[in-house]
Amino acid sequence: MANLTINGKAFDLDVEPDTPLLWAIRENAGLTGTKYGCGIAQCGACTVHIDGVAIRSCGVPVSEAVGKQITTIEGLASANGALHKVQQAWIANDVPQCGYCQTGMIMAVAALLKDKPKPTDADIDTAITNICRCGTFQQVREAIHQAATA
Amino acid sequence: MNYLSKISRRSFVIGSAAAGGGLAIGFDLPFGPKSAQASASEPELGVWVVVKPDDSVIIRIARSEMGQGTITGLAQLVAEELECDWSKVSTEYPTPGQNVARKRAWGSYSTGGSRGIRESHEYVRQGGAAARMMLIQAAANEWKIPVEQCSAANSIITGPDGRKTTFGKVTEAASKLPVPDKPKLKDPKDWKIAGKPLKRLDTADKVTGKQIYGSDLKLPGMLNAAIKECPVFGGKVKSFDAARVAGMKGVKKVVQVGNTGVAVVADTWWHAKTALDALPIVWDEGPNAKVSSSSIADTLKQGLDAEQGFVGNKSGDAKAAIASAAKKVEAVYSYPYQNHAPMEPMNATARYTADKCEVWVPTQDGEASFAAVLAASGLPADKCEVYKINLGGGFGRRGAFQDYVHQAVLIAKEMPGTPIKLLWSREEDMVQGRYHPVMQCKLVGAFDKDNNLTGMHMRLSGQSILAAVRPAIVEQQKGRDPLAFQGVFESGEHAFGYTIPNLLIDHAMHNPHVPPGFWRGVNINQNCIFMECFMDELAHAAGQDALEFRRKFLGKHPKNLAVLNAVAEKIGWDKPAPKGIYRGLAHMKAFAAYVAAAAEISVTDGNKIKVHRIVAATDPIYAVNPAQIDRQVAGSFVYGLSALFLQECTVKDGRIVETNFDTYDSMRIAQMPKVESIIMPSGGTDPWGGVGEPTICVAAPAVLNAYFNATGKRIRSIPLKNHGITMV
Repeated sequence: MANLTINGKAFDLDVEPDTPLLWAIRENAGLTGTKYGCGIAQCGACTVHIDGVAIRSCGVPVSEAVGKQITTIEGLASANGALHKVQQAWIANDVPQCGYCQTGMIMAVAALLKDKPKPTDADIDTAITNICRCGTFQQVREAIHQAATA
Repeated sequence: MNYLSKISRRSFVIGSAAAGGGLAIGFDLPFGPKSAQASASEPELGVWVVVKPDDSVIIRIARSEMGQGTITGLAQLVAEELECDWSKVSTEYPTPGQNVARKRAWGSYSTGGSRGIRESHEYVRQGGAAARMMLIQAAANEWKIPVEQCSAANSIITGPDGRKTTFGKVTEAASKLPVPDKPKLKDPKDWKIAGKPLKRLDTADKVTGKQIYGSDLKLPGMLNAAIKECPVFGGKVKSFDAARVAGMKGVKKVVQVGNTGVAVVADTWWHAKTALDALPIVWDEGPNAKVSSSSIADTLKQGLDAEQGFVGNKSGDAKAAIASAAKKVEAVYSYPYQNHAPMEPMNATARYTADKCEVWVPTQDGEASFAAVLAASGLPADKCEVYKINLGGGFGRRGAFQDYVHQAVLIAKEMPGTPIKLLWSREEDMVQGRYHPVMQCKLVGAFDKDNNLTGMHMRLSGQSILAAVRPAIVEQQKGRDPLAFQGVFESGEHAFGYTIPNLLIDHAMHNPHVPPGFWRGVNINQNCIFMECFMDELAHAAGQDALEFRRKFLGKHPKNLAVLNAVAEKIGWDKPAPKGIYRGLAHMKAFAAYVAAAAEISVTDGNKIKVHRIVAATDPIYAVNPAQIDRQVAGSFVYGLSALFLQECTVKDGRIVETNFDTYDSMRIAQMPKVESIIMPSGGTDPWGGVGEPTICVAAPAVLNAYFNATGKRIRSIPLKNHGITMV
């Protein structure tokens, strides 16, 4: 059993402590916006925030997330339902293609903008290392800059 | 769940419009007389359009959305003729079972070969036009005036005296009218919705996590399965020790899947995968267990000099021209196996009982999935159904091949009544691919004493996709795989763009045991590298400019010339590049579209390439949504440049070595060049060209040619990581 706080809500989950956080979020908490892409923290599709920091959740055991604030894509919008400025910029720029990697990409970008509200292209290159096989990077970069000025 | 409720309440009247058809679909489907009940609440206007009394418009889409924007583009075409309010449009997938029951009223479901729009634009536009005519007729009937006095725009019908009604008010009456056959279509120059850079219809749920992919599906009582197939292609299961994992947490069952696979079914997928990893399995690796990349390469190498090959393009006498040449230029190129690696691994969810087999699956071809359900379940068509789910990437892996559907049904048959979601691990996805085929190529060019090109022989040696996937076509062609010549073929949508005297392009076919597949762009990836890099080699040998040299052979190919000129002009080919920047060109006709690229790179330490900028031109004849075409062009370069620099599936002991993104890497944003696309539809009566694939092939040769200009080195084998070259 593990008690996790996800998007401000308490979850009492029937999982072993070494279960990757990704699978506890997807299968036990039932929040499927966080995606499985590789399982070895290479692709970033499973990116969530733990205490505000972008983390690839496939590489984190549940035991390490206990007692921390976990935010998934489902919790990124405001409580009143207003989308986060990154989500808004994604819609304005028509960023997603298949969309499968985009929730992780958006979580990574949201964390970047918290650290660096006006990132340079070099900041983006360093911080955003998610894989997108559709190849949305050109729109991703434009949308990041737009979100930074929103 | 929204998706499921939509499926269960959807029902249909018997259709009269027969759309599409006639394409070789590669499998047999029974076409039964079954029909469903009409739904009074959702008036159907022909098979493509439903207008509800509240004025909302549902446009039916047969092809699959995998990120390429096809549902938006197809809906634009229908809406254009329908004259509806675009803000009221949504889309839905009719199921493959319904298509079969209605004698393929929606035509082909196949979403590959960049054909989603180009091969269905006419009949979907006719579907929109027919629905508009029915709505206007219904209004005219109500007003008791001739239909010619009424017109429609923006979902409103207007009569001669200015009276108005809406689509929603007349849709019930319209749905009872006959569907007009082959209505006249608008001239594309009058388009207001099609041809415009509209936003996609499917973005909102993709940024909130609400979009349900196949791997996200939840059904009541569902269990999860993880699978391993014999890693050596052609091998099978010898034994496995189910008792060793039977007591592990969550495990429900261990099942053999056909002769070749073993699956663990558990409460969660993580439990299933954990148990599968702990399960002792002994494989009978079969006759291919000693095959390696080098043994395959040795076999292909023999084909380079074989006396005969299947001929794909021929004029004059190339061998004689080469024999009498004043100067010969010769080069050997090669292209490796590559995996599709879509971000979402293969998956399918199946529920089987003796009376019904249902499958939920992200698929590029719903009918191919349906055929797989029939075959695996043993049930007749009226007891099978497939529900399509948007794909987390496809790139060719989820179309012709439905192995995961077959597996899911076989597992579900072991537990009747229980829905089983089968999800592959990334590792399974990497080692059970249907790979971009291996190919080597020897090119010989002949010059006379005045440096005129007098002949060329291009000898391909390697694997045929069609021999493995559509053997009937190869048989019909007396052993030739016409697809092997994409981009250099004698005619058609992949016709060679140059007129070269004394030309021979032929293929020595060798088919290793590694299963090949259609991989975004298919055979244009290697053929464009081979041909367009070699054209550069020839230009260099003749001491001529790469653009001028190409132009000499493009006199009879104005559309090829136009895209090449467009990129040359935009990148400033006639002026010197900025200091430290080097340029390269490439072009091709592929999937009926004309494409070209000009790349600008810099090179540090001789082996670190920065691709700064690629100017890309595409002429798809008609452009339905320029904003989405722009995204497909840029995206295709990410796929193509990842393949050029980073990706090879090597073979050792009969199996694929690379099992995840740590050894099979993919480009990141830091490596992304600035892509400037030129969309230049030439219109007219030529068949429409594709968009998703054609441009993929021109990025790699443009970069390789630029690398030669920077360093004087020709790289003739892929990927560049094998040469110690990195992408920065």
